[in-house]
Amino acid sequence: MAVTVSIPTILRTHTGGEKSVSATGTTLAEVIDDLENNHGGLKARLVKEGALHRFVNVYVNDEDVRFAGGLEAAVKDGDNVTILPAVAGG
Amino acid sequence: MLVIRRDLVDAMVAHARRDHPDEACGQIAGPEGSDRPERIIEMENAERSPTFYRFDAAEQLKVYREMQANDEEAVVIYHSHTATEAYPSRTDIKFANEPQAHYVLISTRDPIEHELRSYRIVDGVVTEEPVKIIES
Repeated sequence: MAVTVSIPTILRTHTGGEKSVSATGTTLAEVIDDLENNHGGLKARLVKEGALHRFVNVYVNDEDVRFAGGLEAAVKDGDNVTILPAVAGG
Repeated sequence: MLVIRRDLVDAMVAHARRDHPDEACGQIAGPEGSDRPERIIEMENAERSPTFYRFDAAEQLKVYREMQANDEEAVVIYHSHTATEAYPSRTDIKFANEPQAHYVLISTRDPIEHELRSYRIVDGVVTEEPVKIIES
């Protein structure tokens, strides 16, 4: 189950500058664990206390995973996972 | 220094005035690596708040894909402050994730005179920069 993960600029220090990397898994949580194995430090930027960080947006294809089960969102072979930090402030 | 066309400045200010008293937010895309803002994209403030802003997540993805397809990046990320000065707040600094972007703040607290200032925000450090407006 290989998926392509788009990495935002701010997290590319963990991927040696790569804009996109491949990972495997059947849920988003598994994909993130696989990312962590190959690109240490990424998981802590995405997950906090067992849930996605509130200010990181993750999409499977065009769907915001917040509305698709969060870390339990299903992924399948060939899916695109996109990570975008929220653009926010006060 | 931020070098930016007059019509883009006017468009940001008009957007900020229109959404007042809520904060307005958006970005100006330009060719990747050019540092040249060219295409303004007004974003939905998903928070619809006078004290907070957040790009709508679905719209953010759509615009991100457009910019990727055009080899563009966010050269400017702007938002308004509706009751305070045009200086990054603590939350602005906390969530600043684009070291290559010019963060533009527009204050609309005065109904007639706006204030527009630009900053770099890198690793929590705010550096103000001059804004050079070129006639379009």
